Amino acid sequence: MEKRITIEPVTRIEGHAKISLFLTPSGLVHDAHFQVTQIRGFEKFVEGRPFFEMPSLTARTCGICPVSHELASAKACDQLLAVTIPHTAKNLRRLLNFGQLIQSHALSFFYLSAPDLLLGMDHPPETRNFFGIAAADPQFARDGIRLRQFGQQVIERLAGRRIHPAWVVPGGVNTSLDETARATILGEIPEIKALACNHLERFKQTLAQYEEYIQVFARFPSLFLGLSNNEGSLEYYDGPVKIIDGDGALVADPLSPNAYQDFIGEAVEPWTYLKFPYYKPQGYPGGMYRVGPLARLNLASRCGTHLADRELQHFKALEQGPVSSSFYYHYARLIELLHAVEMIEILLADPTILDKNVRAMAGVNQLEGVGMTEAPRGTLIHHYKVNGDGLIEWANLIIATGHNNLAMNKGILQAAQHYIVDGTLQEGLLNRIEAVIRAFDPCLACSTHAVGTMPLVVELLSPEGNIIDRIQR
Amino acid sequence: MKKLRLATLWLDGCSGCHMSLLDMDERLLDLTGKVDIVYSPLVDVKVFPEGVDIACIEGAISSAEDEDKLRIVRERSGLLIALGDCAVTGNVPAMRNSCGMDKVMATVYLDRETFNPQIPATELPTLHDQALPLHNFVKVDLFIPGCPPSADTLFTALTALVEGRIVDLHLNTRFGA
Repeated sequence: MEKRITIEPVTRIEGHAKISLFLTPSGLVHDAHFQVTQIRGFEKFVEGRPFFEMPSLTARTCGICPVSHELASAKACDQLLAVTIPHTAKNLRRLLNFGQLIQSHALSFFYLSAPDLLLGMDHPPETRNFFGIAAADPQFARDGIRLRQFGQQVIERLAGRRIHPAWVVPGGVNTSLDETARATILGEIPEIKALACNHLERFKQTLAQYEEYIQVFARFPSLFLGLSNNEGSLEYYDGPVKIIDGDGALVADPLSPNAYQDFIGEAVEPWTYLKFPYYKPQGYPGGMYRVGPLARLNLASRCGTHLADRELQHFKALEQGPVSSSFYYHYARLIELLHAVEMIEILLADPTILDKNVRAMAGVNQLEGVGMTEAPRGTLIHHYKVNGDGLIEWANLIIATGHNNLAMNKGILQAAQHYIVDGTLQEGLLNRIEAVIRAFDPCLACSTHAVGTMPLVVELLSPEGNIIDRIQR
Repeated sequence: MKKLRLATLWLDGCSGCHMSLLDMDERLLDLTGKVDIVYSPLVDVKVFPEGVDIACIEGAISSAEDEDKLRIVRERSGLLIALGDCAVTGNVPAMRNSCGMDKVMATVYLDRETFNPQIPATELPTLHDQALPLHNFVKVDLFIPGCPPSADTLFTALTALVEGRIVDLHLNTRFGA
């Protein structure tokens, strides 16, 4: 007889999903499914659209990281134009990406996960949220707001608006950087850097109290995948793909983004709309890999900025070899946030950032293009084929959250096996399983989108389908 | 004065409208000084409560689940706001309306070179062929267009509603941008 526990919807993630846990008759968890329950079908409905619409159109995949989609899309379009974009345009895109990374990481940490970390997993659900944080620790909440605001303002000052700006275009960007905007952002850097340092320090101080979560939140060896560069520093925009194994050894020579289909396969399971990318040479599901902040810090030998480099040393000392606990995604996010602030300062300090030549003009010169970038949640791939008139004939998108799909499922199973031993259902316990998902910070708006919110209902079902136990909140 | 009860929902949209709500920055805390957020993707309450004063819905209606949800919200809320272009017109989700869901599913799951190609259908909600705006199903009290509407617009509108004033939003909103 098989019983099942369902957590629906998973809340405080960017999107909605449900978790199903399958129990043996004795109440042990033997399988777990992270189910994504909707799909929008961008791949289909962009067919026939002119390629130059793609950055703005695919931005609407996600209101949290529209900039990531604009960049991956524009990079694919750069290949359709067959141009090398101006140096300054590339740096402006990088700047925009760092603004995006800051706002997205601040959202994940302060707004979505801090309620679990600061108020506690067993805090009453009615106030276990950002507003509960604002009541309990107003300064913490204000700092979170400020960091997210800074990231959004970088985007606004460069691109004209915070969400879905129409500034990134095939061939570069629309307008050069305004000198006042540059001065304003630079003026705010010291304050923001201090905030980023403070909260990283504060998180490190509290790390000991999360030992339980560190042990059971998706802690296992896996491959790690991300963009790389010759310096071995953190790379978000360009470069070949690097993959390491659980021991930190390189599993393949640096791979060309354009050849992604040679090394990334996508599998389909009947119970979720989110596909399962895997590293092809190791097959499915053996070729499980992780992307995003944890993967990037595991892949890089250094961050490339002063303060973040110091932090990276501590981070790398957490475990022997690559850091394997997904709880440390939170930690990695805070280091990346600090690094992004430092990078914004470095990029803005370069006088060529004000250069007026920010766009290469061309028509369609190639019929196929692949754009790959590091979005806040990991590697993002846009792949287009067009006809001679530049109309999209075929498109494929592989979204950061998708890459982590296998690992998230395995992670939920690990946590569920730890927390549910005799089929007992408790609210705080289920929240811990949801918190595994939050550590990955999945963006389901990106991967498919959110379905309407439904009650959290946990049911134990008999083989005949009769409900034998049920809790709801 | 009793605090008003505000709910926000995210259906078939990109979450950009909710991000725009967050873009109020510290004003979000001013607003929550005047209203209680009783239901939202940001909070852990999982059942839509009774007696909601203002409900904002982002996104189009794309499935039977969306439709059920919308009717419950309408029934339990005083004022229903269509938040952003997807809720107001269908917008980007409605771009699939001309090809139908079968073709969308085939493109995503069968035509790409997937391992184990199949159309997922086990215990998953099926999607309507058409993504449609809120007012196709229920009475909507206020439409706020924009993709997304700006944080200023949202703050202005919500503050006015909370204070019982009427503001003209025409100059602050436009479709698309």
